[in-house]
Amino acid sequence: MLDIRSLSLSIAGDHGALEILRNVSLTVGRGEAVGLVGESGSGKSMTLRSILRTEPRNATVTGSVTLEGVDLLTLAGEPLRMLRAHEVSMIAQNPHAVLNPVLPIGRYLAEGMHDAQGLSLKAARLRAGELLEQVGIDEVDRVLAAYPHQLSGGMLQRVVIAGAIAGKPKLMLADEPTTALDVTTQAEVMAILDDCRRELGMALLFVTHDLDLAAAVCDRINVMKDGEIVETGVPDQLRDHPAHPYTRELMESRPAGILWSPDATPAPTIAKGHDDFSY
Amino acid sequence: MTSPTDLTAGSPMITVTDLTKTFRTGKRVVAALDAVSLTVPAGSCLAVVGESGSGKTTLARIIVGLEKADSGTVAVAGRVVAARADRRELRRRARTIQMVFQDPQSSLNRRLPVHTAVDEVLRVHTDLGRAARRQRCEELFALVGLPARFLRALPEELSGGQRQRVAIARALAADPAVIVLDESVAALDVTVQGQILALLDDLRTAKGLTYLFITHDLSVVQLIADQIVVMRRGRIVERGATADVLGRPQHPYTQLLLACAPRPGWKPQRGVIRALRDEIAT
Repeated sequence: MLDIRSLSLSIAGDHGALEILRNVSLTVGRGEAVGLVGESGSGKSMTLRSILRTEPRNATVTGSVTLEGVDLLTLAGEPLRMLRAHEVSMIAQNPHAVLNPVLPIGRYLAEGMHDAQGLSLKAARLRAGELLEQVGIDEVDRVLAAYPHQLSGGMLQRVVIAGAIAGKPKLMLADEPTTALDVTTQAEVMAILDDCRRELGMALLFVTHDLDLAAAVCDRINVMKDGEIVETGVPDQLRDHPAHPYTRELMESRPAGILWSPDATPAPTIAKGHDDFSY
Repeated sequence: MTSPTDLTAGSPMITVTDLTKTFRTGKRVVAALDAVSLTVPAGSCLAVVGESGSGKTTLARIIVGLEKADSGTVAVAGRVVAARADRRELRRRARTIQMVFQDPQSSLNRRLPVHTAVDEVLRVHTDLGRAARRQRCEELFALVGLPARFLRALPEELSGGQRQRVAIARALAADPAVIVLDESVAALDVTVQGQILALLDDLRTAKGLTYLFITHDLSVVQLIADQIVVMRRGRIVERGATADVLGRPQHPYTQLLLACAPRPGWKPQRGVIRALRDEIAT
């Protein structure tokens, strides 16, 4: 569905052109979850930005990015707006950058759906409530009435996910969506994101620095370093038989020991009435 | 330079008794620390693990004297850390306990070459002359694995890991007995994280240092800590030897932290998380 081929991107600088991406090729199939894993400066975020065409203005881009055969690199104006409204949505690390600080959550979500899908404001408001339930929020009315500054980071990121799935996009791009969150909140938000993706049959391109986190929710993982994809594989294969030295380094720099041994994992008893969401 | 302490390994280097601290924001009163007590034996590393709002950073700041507790006492190397201290006492304290922060930017001046951060500490806390300080700077850089050519570099010319090495060299310049590490590897890439943790561990053994290691990340704890305390909302909910706390967690909150820590083969499980949250609430 998404097909990136030989994508290179460079930015003119004081000391000549700076190569950010070199010959990046990757695909995301319909309904598939694909990880893009690398450390800071590896080019993973820039790869996402070139899909939504939010790369820096002075960037030189070569190669091709197509979504269901449509060339995204030549898209502009209304077709580009339609792409962003209906086909591809994005979740970033910082929910504050997305949400409007002076709009209550309910109005923010409703106006977005009114604009993008032409729902009446009343219908959009009802739908906003449903979406919040879908992302695991219990106190829907309180959150709908709240302003962003009144909610925690984990709650805000759920709101952003609700907004991102509202238009039932084919592809969701997620750029380190849980990096700013506490570890327990991260696990919850990732579980919610994964559930939503499966329910809606969305494809996901998930950018993260955490190989284990990517392995938890992705069918396939691309490992990126210095603007290049150095290895692609299914999570088990990367873990057990990493081919590229850098993948091995990433794997080995994860602390090994008691925390990782299977018998150390706590086996909490799950109270009756709770679903076990293990897949 | 003489170390301010002659404590033998194993006797308490840090003793915290019944520490309480509340913050007020508008009408809300938040207990950042609620009757927290702990001891850190000399030469050991205690990790304080918690999420945001657990009080772990407040605890660290009170221990080094950057913040004042409402009640309770802190003693480091046998001396009470009082919020009000004269110049002499502050100097003595700086030679006993040093802190390394998450962001090395906070202890480096971005306009000055990085060796000046180390040199300044030597000037204040030692009676070394110019040439001797210069030599000591080089030794300290070598100790943290930085080639001498980095002495004259500006902070922005160094990578995050290199800057953190400078921050560690700066902390070591005062020849302290204790270093408080507040999320000191949290901002680093995972491959660099491992290198800095290994460096810290080597330095502790070589110099007999005592560490208080503040972190949100359970995965780094097992590499460096002898003991762990787990904090939640200003209270210690669990404490013990690293292997026991990570291998046989007793408190549901510790179990929750472990259930949520990404590792090979891990999946986030909403049901498990919800069940543990319910158990914590009761």
